Amino acid sequence: MELFVSSFLNVEVVWAARALLLQGFANTMLLIAIAVPLGLAGGLLLALLSLTPVRIARLLLAVWVDLFRALPPLVLLVFVYEGLPFAGLELGPLGSVAVAFLLNSSAYYAEILRAGIDSVPRGQWEAARSSGLSALDTLGWVVLPQAVRNVLPDLVSNTLEVVKLTSIASVVAMPELLYQARQAQSVTYNASPLVAAALIYLLLLWPLVRLLSRLEHRLPSRM
Amino acid sequence: MLSRPIIEARAIHKSFGPLKVLDGVDLVVAERELVFIIGPSGSGKSTLLRCLNRLEEPTSGHIVGDGIDVLARRTDINALRRRIGMVFQSFNLYPHMTALGNVAFALRRVVGLRRRDAEERARSALALVGLADKADAYPAQLSGGQQQRVAIARAVALEPRVMLFDEPTSALDPELVGSVLRVMRQLREGGMTMVVVSHEMEFARAAADRVLFMDGGRVIEQGPLDCLFGAPKSDRLRAFLRSLERH
Repeated sequence: MELFVSSFLNVEVVWAARALLLQGFANTMLLIAIAVPLGLAGGLLLALLSLTPVRIARLLLAVWVDLFRALPPLVLLVFVYEGLPFAGLELGPLGSVAVAFLLNSSAYYAEILRAGIDSVPRGQWEAARSSGLSALDTLGWVVLPQAVRNVLPDLVSNTLEVVKLTSIASVVAMPELLYQARQAQSVTYNASPLVAAALIYLLLLWPLVRLLSRLEHRLPSRM
Repeated sequence: MLSRPIIEARAIHKSFGPLKVLDGVDLVVAERELVFIIGPSGSGKSTLLRCLNRLEEPTSGHIVGDGIDVLARRTDINALRRRIGMVFQSFNLYPHMTALGNVAFALRRVVGLRRRDAEERARSALALVGLADKADAYPAQLSGGQQQRVAIARAVALEPRVMLFDEPTSALDPELVGSVLRVMRQLREGGMTMVVVSHEMEFARAAADRVLFMDGGRVIEQGPLDCLFGAPKSDRLRAFLRSLERH
């Protein structure tokens, strides 16, 4: 028991590693702040482009989305970080993570948002357009608010996945939470920093999980 | 004709793939006229209505609305649609906005009024349809009849030159139909030009200047209601009138 406490719940070790962990936490927050908006913006763009009546364009977009949903994110990240430099494109850890997350999570967000847009009845477009609203105003003020509302649980769920996935940045030496915890672990020869990192993830994500749970159990919306 | 036409549609054809929905329809509507369109389902009445503000693009034909070539590429369709109000069978209110928001929305985004002015005009449009006290209600909190009246207010608030009604009472419970027809009568008395696709024969009897009977994508007969109903010339109209009586 004593051994367990001293190797997993060693407060002294965690305290000694606090600077590393704090920096890791800050970098993880930075990654979230980059990956989520990038993924959402890219996903929205893909979803809107797929509204085009041009069949071949829709097909190409579907292939693009399929491709990046099928590719394991870790493989994608390693390729961007270690493969692209062979083509003379060196993005560095942060740039590689940003590009890989844009490609991966925007594909998922795009599918969700497209389903949301599809769920808004045609009559909503028609009512708005027949009163003289432009297509853009109709989209922004009438269709998207309803679309987002209809797929909110899926959007939150995907965001949860994106946040968790930021830990793969550790493989490209991005000093985020997991990477720093492993550094601390190898220096102190003690697993407590990893436990601390896990706890931080838990505290960060638990509210989001609660929110998701509430959204999923919400009574069917009035719409 | 009472005066110059507000809508002049000539030789309108519309096909969906191999399906011919409109097969050379002419429709001329004079200012302050109420034209009532009847016909069996699938006769093309709704499609004709939807061509008038280009919700559907006719395959061929010519439409002049309020002096403007509706189908011309360079026509600012949004500016034109503002002057052609439309009311739908399924109301199509924006569920995430209050009744007031529904009516004020285009006033702000299309007409460009400031919030206060838009809401003032929206309130008077809601008062016109008898729903001044429901301004803050969301569509889901309103009955079907009330929702349709908000939809009428939403169209009227833009001060259109003509209003198109696409089966405005078909989705309503019978006891709610009256309130919507009353508002339409009131609009009519205010001199609004209207094109109404509907099965409400009582309303047609009371308010229509002219009735068009459509079948198979064509106008089969037209004229004052008494002439059409009293002395139908075509077999198809006779059959249609018999089918109405059975209800």
